Amino acid sequence: MKKNITAIIALLLAGGVASAQDDVYPAPEYKGLSFITNATIHVGNGQVINNGTIKINNGKIEQVGTNIPIPVDDVRVYNAAGKQVYPGMILPDTDLGLKEISSGVRGSNDFRELGDWNTSVRSIVAYNTDSRIINTLKANGILLASVSPQGGLLTGTSSVVQLDAWNWEDAAYQLDGALHLNFPSLLQRRGRFGGGGMQGQNDPIKEALARVEAVKQFFREAKAYLAEKTHAETNLRFESLRPLFEKKQKLFVHAGIVKEMLVAIDFAKEFGVDVVIVGGSESYQIADLLRENNIAVILSPMHNLPTLEDDDVDQPYKTPAILQKAGVLFAINDDHGESRYRNLPFNAGTAAAYGLTKEEALQSVTLNPAKILGIADRTGTLEVGKDANIVISAGDLLDMRTSLVTDVFIQGRKVSLENKQTQLYERYKKKYGIK
Amino acid sequence: MTKPECLLRAGLLFLVLSCTRLLNAQTTTFPVNGLADPRSGCYAFTNATLVKDGQTTVTEATLLIRDGRIVAAGKGVSLPKDAVVLDCSGKFIYPSLIDIYSDYGIATPQRQPGERGFFAPQQFTSSTKGAVGWNQAIRSEVNGIDLFSVDDSKAKPLRDIGFGTVLTHQKDGIARGTGAVVTLAAIRDNKVVVKEKASAHYSFSKGTSSQSYPGSIMGAVALLRQTYIDAAWYRNRPASEGLNLSLDAWNASQTLPQIFEAGDKWSEIRADRIGDEFGVQYIIKGGSNEYQRIKEIAATKANFIISLNYPEAQNVEDPADARFVSLGDLQHWELAAGNAAALEKAGISFALTTSDLRDAKQFWPNLRKAIQYGLSESRAMDALTRTPAMLLGVYDKVGSLDAGKLANFLITTGNIFQERTQIVENWVQGERYNVRPEGWEIQGLYKLTLRGAGGTTEYNLDIKSASSATVWSKDTLTAKFAYNAGLVSLTLSPRSSGRGAGRPGAAGNASGIRLSGARIGNGWQGTGVDTLGKTISWTAVYQQAGTPAPDTGRKRTPSAMAHVTYPFGSYGNDTIPVAQSLLIRNATVWTNEKDGKLEGVDVVVRNGKIAKVGRNLSEAGATVIDGSGKHLTAGVIDEHSHIAAFSINEGAQSVTSEVRIGDNLNPDDVNIYRQLSGGVTTSHILHGSANTIGGQTQLIKLRWGADDEGLKFKGADPFIKFALGENVKRTAATQGNSRFPDTRMGVEEVLADAFQRARDYRDDKTAKNLRRRDLELDALVEIMENKRFITCHSYVQSEITALLRVADKYGFKVNTFTHILEGYKVADKMKERGANASTFSDWWAYKMEVQDAIAYNAAIMHKVGLNVCINSDDAEMARRLNQEAAKAIKYGGVSEEDALKMVTLNPAKALHIDKWVGSIREGKDADLVLWSDHPLSIYAKALYTIVDGTVYFDRQKDEAARVRIAAEKNRLVQKMIAEGRSSGTAGPARPTPQVVLHCEEYDHRVGLLETDEHEENEANHQ
Repeated sequence: MKKNITAIIALLLAGGVASAQDDVYPAPEYKGLSFITNATIHVGNGQVINNGTIKINNGKIEQVGTNIPIPVDDVRVYNAAGKQVYPGMILPDTDLGLKEISSGVRGSNDFRELGDWNTSVRSIVAYNTDSRIINTLKANGILLASVSPQGGLLTGTSSVVQLDAWNWEDAAYQLDGALHLNFPSLLQRRGRFGGGGMQGQNDPIKEALARVEAVKQFFREAKAYLAEKTHAETNLRFESLRPLFEKKQKLFVHAGIVKEMLVAIDFAKEFGVDVVIVGGSESYQIADLLRENNIAVILSPMHNLPTLEDDDVDQPYKTPAILQKAGVLFAINDDHGESRYRNLPFNAGTAAAYGLTKEEALQSVTLNPAKILGIADRTGTLEVGKDANIVISAGDLLDMRTSLVTDVFIQGRKVSLENKQTQLYERYKKKYGIK
Repeated sequence: MTKPECLLRAGLLFLVLSCTRLLNAQTTTFPVNGLADPRSGCYAFTNATLVKDGQTTVTEATLLIRDGRIVAAGKGVSLPKDAVVLDCSGKFIYPSLIDIYSDYGIATPQRQPGERGFFAPQQFTSSTKGAVGWNQAIRSEVNGIDLFSVDDSKAKPLRDIGFGTVLTHQKDGIARGTGAVVTLAAIRDNKVVVKEKASAHYSFSKGTSSQSYPGSIMGAVALLRQTYIDAAWYRNRPASEGLNLSLDAWNASQTLPQIFEAGDKWSEIRADRIGDEFGVQYIIKGGSNEYQRIKEIAATKANFIISLNYPEAQNVEDPADARFVSLGDLQHWELAAGNAAALEKAGISFALTTSDLRDAKQFWPNLRKAIQYGLSESRAMDALTRTPAMLLGVYDKVGSLDAGKLANFLITTGNIFQERTQIVENWVQGERYNVRPEGWEIQGLYKLTLRGAGGTTEYNLDIKSASSATVWSKDTLTAKFAYNAGLVSLTLSPRSSGRGAGRPGAAGNASGIRLSGARIGNGWQGTGVDTLGKTISWTAVYQQAGTPAPDTGRKRTPSAMAHVTYPFGSYGNDTIPVAQSLLIRNATVWTNEKDGKLEGVDVVVRNGKIAKVGRNLSEAGATVIDGSGKHLTAGVIDEHSHIAAFSINEGAQSVTSEVRIGDNLNPDDVNIYRQLSGGVTTSHILHGSANTIGGQTQLIKLRWGADDEGLKFKGADPFIKFALGENVKRTAATQGNSRFPDTRMGVEEVLADAFQRARDYRDDKTAKNLRRRDLELDALVEIMENKRFITCHSYVQSEITALLRVADKYGFKVNTFTHILEGYKVADKMKERGANASTFSDWWAYKMEVQDAIAYNAAIMHKVGLNVCINSDDAEMARRLNQEAAKAIKYGGVSEEDALKMVTLNPAKALHIDKWVGSIREGKDADLVLWSDHPLSIYAKALYTIVDGTVYFDRQKDEAARVRIAAEKNRLVQKMIAEGRSSGTAGPARPTPQVVLHCEEYDHRVGLLETDEHEENEANHQ
């Protein structure tokens, strides 16, 4: 029997309304067949299939195309007529699940560790699957996130999580894929955030370069340490660098200005590690160099002001188009502290308004981050063999005017779109008797 | 130039005289240790060119002085027998210069270290001891003369550049007390005072005051305003006040010249307006950017004090460094030297000061540069003599070479404004100060002759200074020269050939001919050793004055200079834009009226208004804009914005209804332009949320290029900002909170107390002339009388209801709840009271009080029947408010037309301006946006943004502006590199900070160069 999807939604809604999402349950495993039919399928590799079908078997995409037969067995069929189907979006660098209430509630925060040399700090062990924020992201089509620690110079390792889980072990999608480095600022700015102002006794640039050198020294010592098999005393920080040097892990360098990125490239060369720039608001100025050196970029959101008053008023908006044209692999991020990351699709939409094609914009939040995070073999597109991480929207996912996510699948499980906000919405609709 | 013979001859005599003369010693109280030694100090300076003032020059004239005063100046002066006669043939004599803005002889007060700003600990009362006023920054009781004492180490650098008199005061505080006119003579303190109380001083900077209030520019304005009122009230000696020395002194000093230190064009205009309000015409201490708004500066009708401090060249060789130096900074670097000329041209009276110079030695080069840029010499002289003397009422004593005045004058080698001219002596009160540079008297060309075993060799020797000379015969030699009080040493060595020859330090041969000698008459003689160590003898005979150095300044007559744009800097307009007739054809028009959305409609704009909406319209002479396939909407109105201001929060007290955002608008904020590019035409600039009753707000139209008054939305009802919750209880304060309130219970009490005080104040029956007018309470009375309206920052339902209840009790309305993220919980209560709601589309979870915020808030409130607006509170998001409105469709299913109204008509209604703006209707203001696409779509771009029928943003012109900016920036960087290389004085490149002001609402700080008002204050204090 085909199951009716509206019936499923009704079931979920009937679960009652609480203001704390305690009754929003992760979806159970489903090993059977599912079909999404009559869909406009945005595969995520640039291809768009009209009136297509996606066949899902045991959580994986088994077939994508037109004229795919649907058995009359016990399968689930989701009619997506008139709707748009996309790969699940990926938030490429975030404190999701580590930072609940940034201001005034210190106890809710676990994203910034003390010390400069936190190579062995792992975000995954603090990732809180019960964060109220997570479910609001699913409701907008964001299904995976790479969760990063932030404190110090070397801040620790990030892991990719899927956003429908009971606990962090369930959530883990890829463990410790990247080590993060907060690049010391090479921008001489004044004021209290600039480290002493223009007339300060110490030259902030020199100090920053000394810190860069300290990181290099740390890496050199670690490399030497790792070359020796046995140690009377074990150095956990150095041990943690092994996957990086073995290229099982990437180095994510958080850097903004050109000089910082150039030094980061030098890092990649000296230590033979895979470097990804995170932030990179000025990356458009060295797009060719980044491509030549195979440096990928996780871009800070488009929804930012231009750096300088002279800059083109639409500079952050069109930065992706410049990187695209130069052939740089980039992903778009949303780290906005007040809307809490749910506007990732609209940052991509803005990039589409300013020079990317819509499919390129989609890739910048699906396939590209999957490639950068090293999970493109499992997700990022709606291609055969990949996990069924799928979003169905009533209209263009990247335009808030039409973006309305109706169904979401993570690893083939149809997950709830309910969250604290939808529940409060229902609660107060009831109060006022509005539809 | 001839050698200064008269002075050389008199040199020995002067050495004897240079001890301090004690004139009329028998008539002073000061005893003398030793003999009385009375002297008349009578000197006659003959055959001089007397520049008596900026307009009067007499040649072949005599200056006669006695007892420190001028006895006569001019032709035909008969010389008394007891005069020491000094022949000044070839010399010029000028009045010594006057610096009207100095703190000479007064110690600089030190600021206590410690954190400042919103999150820092608070100090509520003044820490000044005594019967003084309540605010530590009002220091009107301070008299410069009480703090002053002669300080020759500070006087000498000023005398060396020609100054003889200064106005000195303590540069500390908002009211700074009085200043004294003193001379720079190094004599007893008692003798140098020209005028004991010559001026009263003010500024916007609270200086060393550690008191929290005021913590903003607008707070400083409010404090000044209230102090004028309080001082007038205090004249009646109200018993409730007791003795208030600050107000006494304030009143007593009102008859003096009132000098206001502003330092920046907008601050100057602001200062002048305060003066206008209280019938005071300030003399305004400016800076160097008045030329950027010369019309407004002239309109102040003030006398100005202008600094000659120009930005130094920065090292912009590295393009990655040059990138962060803004075009505005580069242009100002190029144009600043033309500031004085611009003032002169605009007919503005001004004096010049050295006060902002990093080094007094920059004074003459900078003044000469000002003259190259068009300042007339006579005006420059006036600005340094007559003008300051007149302003201070001391022109009877100083400022010209006239009989009876102090004998303050300069002897120079020529016209003082020419680069080669040197000031030889500066006489102050009849005291001579030799200000010649070391070795000045030996400059010139000499014939150098060496005699040794190998015969005689002749060279040319050009002595340039005590440490620099060149020597040549057939080839130029490397010469190392040192002169000290008549003794000389000179080393000659051949220049190394090939690359590098001729460059300083390139000489490879240290073992040259070494000479040692002494002065004999006009020349030199001495002994030495040649390169082989053989003894030689030498002479140098004076031939003539040296070849004048090329007058490098003259050659650099400014060409290809930056244009002053409106506003100054990037994206400024060449001229202030004006309204034009427009015909927008065949657009999809979102009227926001009964007609709804109309397809294929024309709109005519005339005289700044929407003249006609209809089909197939024509308009003679109108600029036609093709609207085919495009959408025309009313301009976006942002109910909650913090752009275009110099300060936003006066958070030092829980009630600051006296402060006004309108007092500190910043028309140069590029965010005005950026928001035009996103279709915004009107913004409500709110005070921040640092306190329960914040300041008065300012509604502006985004007229990019207008001045601060020109930005204001004329005729609109005045509003005020209130705030509740975490920000006002200072939840995020770094060291805890000590300011009441600390809970929402206390917030309610603050509100009740304020309105109870306001009510009692309103009903006070005290005779009007005895009542103290309180600007804080005035604003609250206006609220109760429905003349001022509240927009209240608020989040959770408890606090919203509490405010509604206080409002009920005191009979006022809460016009708008802004943010109002839990408005959906109490929408019915708000509707009952007729409150408007202005909210974020989807912000939440950035602090405790927004945990229950939901993106469906706008939709619920809309469906309950509230007038709902979507606001930005964010300079970035304001550019995309149309998209934020679209989220009301996504979250809650609001219709497209209703969603668009949330950023156009609804805020117009909330702000009581819907009779002018917010929809497209004939007769309304032509505030329009033509979008490339559906206006709620993320793919829509504003192609034209029109305010009052004036196109302030045109996407095509914007493209052209980008090209222009890049080219202009490149030109200036090249020029700066060239100047840096030639002068060798380029400082490090300074990234231009981007000031973005906040509500204190959140810590969203992403821009690489982003800074805020507190950081700016800190940086300016460093």
